[in-house]
Amino acid sequence: MANAYASQSFTLPAPLSLDNGETLASAQIAYETYGELNDEKSNAILICHALTGDQYVASDHPITGKPGWWVRMVGPGKPIDTDRFHVISANVIGSCMGSTGPASLAGDGKPYAMRFPVITIRDMVRGLIGLLDGLDIGQLHTVIGGSMGGMQALSLAANFPTRAARVLVLASTARHSAQNIAFHEVGRQAIMADANWLEGDYYGGDVPASGLSVARMAAHITYLSEEGLTDKFGRRLQDRDSKSFGFDADFQVESYLRYQGTGFTQRFDANSYLYITRAMDYFDLAEEFAQSGNDTTEAAKLANAFAGHARGEGARFCLVSFDTDWLYPTAESRHIVHALNAVGAPVSFVELSAPYGHDSFLLDLPALDRVVEGFLK
Amino acid sequence: MSPQNTGPLRPDLEVIASHIAAGTRVLDVGCGDGTLLAELQLRHGVDARGMEINAERVEKCVARGLSVMQGDADHDLAQYPDKSFDYTILSQTLQTAARPDRMLDELLRVGSRAFVSFPNFAHWSTRAALMFGGRMPVTKALPVNWYATPNIHHVTIADFCELLREKGVAVEKQWFFSGGQSVGAATANWRAESAVFLLSRDLGRD
Repeated sequence: MANAYASQSFTLPAPLSLDNGETLASAQIAYETYGELNDEKSNAILICHALTGDQYVASDHPITGKPGWWVRMVGPGKPIDTDRFHVISANVIGSCMGSTGPASLAGDGKPYAMRFPVITIRDMVRGLIGLLDGLDIGQLHTVIGGSMGGMQALSLAANFPTRAARVLVLASTARHSAQNIAFHEVGRQAIMADANWLEGDYYGGDVPASGLSVARMAAHITYLSEEGLTDKFGRRLQDRDSKSFGFDADFQVESYLRYQGTGFTQRFDANSYLYITRAMDYFDLAEEFAQSGNDTTEAAKLANAFAGHARGEGARFCLVSFDTDWLYPTAESRHIVHALNAVGAPVSFVELSAPYGHDSFLLDLPALDRVVEGFLK
Repeated sequence: MSPQNTGPLRPDLEVIASHIAAGTRVLDVGCGDGTLLAELQLRHGVDARGMEINAERVEKCVARGLSVMQGDADHDLAQYPDKSFDYTILSQTLQTAARPDRMLDELLRVGSRAFVSFPNFAHWSTRAALMFGGRMPVTKALPVNWYATPNIHHVTIADFCELLREKGVAVEKQWFFSGGQSVGAATANWRAESAVFLLSRDLGRD
């Protein structure tokens, strides 16, 4: 369904091997590029998107018409300068903006729906590597990602240590915590409880919009800080002078969340939301690289993941966390930094102060611009 | 692009920079805005990393293209394996540590050798301020009032040497400065404003 939205699409020449043991044949990767690739192919930057993000980093979204989700960071003269760099951003497999996902047609001509295999962050990265192979880009100048994009950047660094010279991870984590999984489960249950969900076979009919909307509302709260919500909405009422003694959106914050939820259903597939949140919940980089019981500390376990970067012979890393991010708090970034230091990889880390919570990496934060620009030098 | 050099170094940093060979691995603990790191990386081709507690200074370092992590030297050195670096550097920071003795141990665990520099509390101007003024000294080297100073463990050259003896730490080299000029070791404890030591554990005994 979504293939019409992709400006460029690459079909992986070989079946994509997945962590669940299955393969995905003829997987499509939809992508956008900005800026010119130089002759040495040394200036390519891969930007990995977050849960509900897409490849439209710096170009208008084809459905909503809104500007790309990182236009403030990516473009000519911006911190990720498209006059210098060739920026690639691809829709992850499992998503719904042109890359193969549950809404795509399976071999029998019908949408996969819940027949789509359960994928992992590493599977997404395998798809991205397949794209880079197809574009004949051996080593990225930098792989960048925030939130789930950061998980992909970490997974790429761990599984394909020679494919990126720099790794920039914003507001992310090396594992999903019980709290992270819990919030995602609320969202999934909301979708699956929607009468229109029909065990995922809703394509061609009414979509489970109310379930997906509630999922988005719950998740959106986790992207903001309490301080940010209070500043923006407080207890202010929406278009009225007094409480209605009913269940309309009396409060501005209710109205805002409903708007966020409804808007989201216009552009996102409910089954994709199930699959991608599952992939994030399954993510535990230390577990992927666990060795037989010798590693006593958490940092030592995670350090195995970065063995390909030992003693400064691999990539340079930079991690940024935000002091108001309670979804992936600073401790998660420190955990990664400790593991990188344990193997001797060159790593920068800073906790930036920002009022906006987890979403700070997407918002106007000059300190982040300086860090990103400096790291790419 | 390489990190920018911003001008002449402080004398203690200059002496440290000039004694670190190209190709070595260095951790500057409390690296500030990265002045020494940039010098090492740019002019000396050193694999230079930093640790700094202040987020704005870390941001400045990263913006200069340096590898610096925000961390607290009092406990974040523990994450580094033994002998991760050829040199660790602690410049003008020892006196701010919660336990300078333990930090010294950590510097010499993480690094094969350690450069340590600190303001000498026994400099004559400090002694004079206390003796004649009867007040905690506020001097060029120690410019902040007693209640606001980050320097919670004032130390003299004589005290530091005593600590080194107790710990069995070897002094490979030492330098003493007053107003940018070198001062001899014999009179350093009252004439030197600051001191730089290059230290190692007695490697034969380890």
